[in-house]
Amino acid sequence: MKHPVTFTINGAAHTVEVEPRALLVHVLRDELNLTGTHIGCDTSQCGACTVLIEGQAVKSCTVLAVQADGVAITTIEGIGSPDQLHPLQAAFWEKHGLQCGFCTPGIIMMAVDLLRTNPNPSEAEIRHALEGNLCRCTGYQNVVEAIQTAATALREPRGQARPVEPATAPSPTGQPAGAGV
Amino acid sequence: MATLFGSGIKRREDPRLITGSATYTDDVKLPGLTYAIVLRSPYAHAKLARIDVSAARKAPGVLAVYTGGDIKDRVVPVPCAWNPPNCDLKTPPHPLLAYDIVRYVGDGVALVVAESRAQARDAIDLIEVDYDPLPAGVDPEKMTQGGAPQLHADVPKNIAFKWIVAGGDADKAFAEAPVKVKQRIVQQRLAPTAMEPRAAVASYNKGTGQLTLWCTSQNPHIHRFLCSVMLKLPEHRVRVIAPEVGGGFGSKIPVYADEALVGLASMDLGRPVKWAEDRSENYKVTIHGRDHVEYVEMCGTRDGQITGLRTTVYAGLGGYASTAGPGIPTILHGLIYSGPYVIPNIHGTVYGVYTSTTPVDAYRGAGRPEATYLIERLMDLFARDVGLDPATIRRKNFIPKDKFPYPTATGLTYDSGDYEGALDKALAMFDLKQFRQDQAEGRKRGRYLGVGLVSFVEICGSGPSQVAGAIGFGGGQYDSAIVRVYPTGVVRVYIGGKPHGQGEETTFAQIVADEFGIPVENVEIVAGDTESTPQGWGTYGSRTTAVCGSAVKIAAQRVKAKAKKIAAHLMEANEADLEWRDNQFAVRGSPGSGKAFAEVALMANVGWNMPADVEPGLEAVAFFDPTNFVYPFGTHICTVDVNPNTGEVKILRYVCVDDCGPHINPMIVEGQIHGGVIQGLGEALQEIMVYDDDGQLISGTMMDYAVPKASQMPHVESSYTVTPSPVNPLGVKGIGEAGTIPSAAALVSAVCDALEPLGIRHIDKPLTPARVWAAIQQAKGGSQ
Repeated sequence: MKHPVTFTINGAAHTVEVEPRALLVHVLRDELNLTGTHIGCDTSQCGACTVLIEGQAVKSCTVLAVQADGVAITTIEGIGSPDQLHPLQAAFWEKHGLQCGFCTPGIIMMAVDLLRTNPNPSEAEIRHALEGNLCRCTGYQNVVEAIQTAATALREPRGQARPVEPATAPSPTGQPAGAGV
Repeated sequence: MATLFGSGIKRREDPRLITGSATYTDDVKLPGLTYAIVLRSPYAHAKLARIDVSAARKAPGVLAVYTGGDIKDRVVPVPCAWNPPNCDLKTPPHPLLAYDIVRYVGDGVALVVAESRAQARDAIDLIEVDYDPLPAGVDPEKMTQGGAPQLHADVPKNIAFKWIVAGGDADKAFAEAPVKVKQRIVQQRLAPTAMEPRAAVASYNKGTGQLTLWCTSQNPHIHRFLCSVMLKLPEHRVRVIAPEVGGGFGSKIPVYADEALVGLASMDLGRPVKWAEDRSENYKVTIHGRDHVEYVEMCGTRDGQITGLRTTVYAGLGGYASTAGPGIPTILHGLIYSGPYVIPNIHGTVYGVYTSTTPVDAYRGAGRPEATYLIERLMDLFARDVGLDPATIRRKNFIPKDKFPYPTATGLTYDSGDYEGALDKALAMFDLKQFRQDQAEGRKRGRYLGVGLVSFVEICGSGPSQVAGAIGFGGGQYDSAIVRVYPTGVVRVYIGGKPHGQGEETTFAQIVADEFGIPVENVEIVAGDTESTPQGWGTYGSRTTAVCGSAVKIAAQRVKAKAKKIAAHLMEANEADLEWRDNQFAVRGSPGSGKAFAEVALMANVGWNMPADVEPGLEAVAFFDPTNFVYPFGTHICTVDVNPNTGEVKILRYVCVDDCGPHINPMIVEGQIHGGVIQGLGEALQEIMVYDDDGQLISGTMMDYAVPKASQMPHVESSYTVTPSPVNPLGVKGIGEAGTIPSAAALVSAVCDALEPLGIRHIDKPLTPARVWAAIQQAKGGSQ
């Protein structure tokens, strides 16, 4: 039996019918065609499926879609586009913070949350924050540099720099389920 | 316009990747798409006594269920495509689905296709299988010994092959040498762990008889050929598209049963079928790497001159020989036993051994990290016994830079090198003398600091196709490019390689933009679709820039040569009087004259005013077959602090100097080194695929298999020397594997150096705290 679930994704309201067992990541990818959110494991280690729920980074494989009823979700598609990159996206490009790109959306979403809560993280803090995101290509060095570069850009906005995330204040009722990263 | 070759411009492929706009295989959606799940054996070795799929066939949404028996006469087993000569290789057939015996945990037993992924997964649970367990074995050495279970009826002692590499007279060298060292080394089984698991989508059109297969492939043309064989389809009726590929590290070279199974199901159903493994399935089914048990020894003089190397290697192949499996521990391993050194006498024996495990194939470096590791471990042991520091013994034995091209005892000819130059540069970055002082001071206070210094050379840029044939590789090793110029002067380049993170959409565009004097934005590189790209052999073995990149360069030169004829005609000048000046064709000695590339491109494409003997159109194809492999090299230095109470290894510094010839894009070269080094350090510190004695996979999820995390890994300090290769027009050598090949050896060397006061000479990787602590305890116990 399917259940209707309504949530806001990247600013737009959606209602979808989901099986109770459906994971949020599967609904995002299979029902809503938001395939920028990836699946790299089945044990919540890799972080490739990280999205923002009410502004907080969450692995969308740890959330049942029915648990996301009523919340605001932001995916990689919602923070910028090739024409108007989010400062983190721009920094990952600038600093060669990606190679195959598969883990990248999840890392960027994690970093959006990191820079929201810690606008000026040290290298050690960034490496610690990456605990829940695995990358096999980059060795993390340029990932760290990209996040530092974006942090600087966000602290000292110039020109087209945008806010860290679309305005979504944490809601008292929309406490995200599952593990944060 | 400044030359783009050598410029660290931002990558062309990144905008789609950072915005979630890229299409990986599992993102492919087609009308009427169905989903397939493979039922996999939970036993490492068992007879299939009974299989009942009747309940699954009736389950909601199920469209088809296949067993091995259902399909065995319709398909050809998974081929092994590398048969090294003179080693009596035995490759028992690997059925797409087992119908008689399963030979590893994860061996496919049945396939379910349903309307949804969830329905397919539900139906899998309704299949009843009776397995009669058979004795299993996972250790490649033990499996060759008496009493071990035999896995294939026609493979006595499970020995798939016995391969020998020999040069000089190793037995004589060892008999005469005053100094000998030997060591048993285990190079553990690893999981490549590309972040994107494998996936395949097949769509068969019954009207045209055409099968389109999207799949996670490093080499779509190899997939096209081998899938057409497995499915008994003419090769021109199979189109393979490798869309965005999320890393490979060798694991997406092989052609797997799953890719053909979805093809077969789509042919039957007339609907597209998708299969995508999850990570646990990936760890059971997608190939593993390494898995050697080695007995190795080195001999030489008291003043540190190496005279001989001998090895006996038991290389696990898994339950079946994978696509390139037998070539990895032989051709790509034994032939490089000389390393960067003059070693006149070499003898190696490699046994390829079937075990009740996932097939083993190429993992980043593939054979060469194993060779580098054993050579460098022996160099350290030898240095210790003759009282030389690690830099001095290496310097003493390096092939001198004036000896290139250098023929090794193993039959290779190294193209170019300056090994001492790389060592010197590394020592300029890292003060070894100062470190020794710090180490001595530390030891007085009970602190165990250590340094590992490793020099290496690798075989890349494969390679001459004639050699590929001679070494039993079932294909060519040239590569290819079509450069196609559009009327507006923009360019698309179709390549035979299939980059999956290495950045060739950028570096190859740099080559072409330089050739034509056009902005890099005007060049697009297209890869991965066998329908549009010329026959190529894929991206692996650090070959794509050296081989495919050279084809790009040559094709661009051909286009430019034709454009020059047209330009001369348009300018009413003699072609011989034209030169390429300020990014246009111009008449020599005539300032102000000139035809830009775009102007010529337009005329070539509309054909209004062409020279009499020149056809319209502006494109060219090139197939570049190099005359030799390329041999990148370098020196890496790692320092560690070992906690003697816990066995924990802390990496202090990682310094490396690599030489891959000239850099097309230094930023990308640097990125390849970073990632490669960290993979090697993961291998040295924490990665291991563990089976129990019954063949159960113990480390079968990401909770158990320790992929390095950011907080565990150091900042890599990298630098370069530049020694061009003479074997390709770019002079480049390849950098994809260079980080991984020496780094495991460097770290293990550093730990053994740290623990030298305890008399510890070698600890098998991965150097987990438990292993290091145990070695320390054993050493302390032994000295009491």
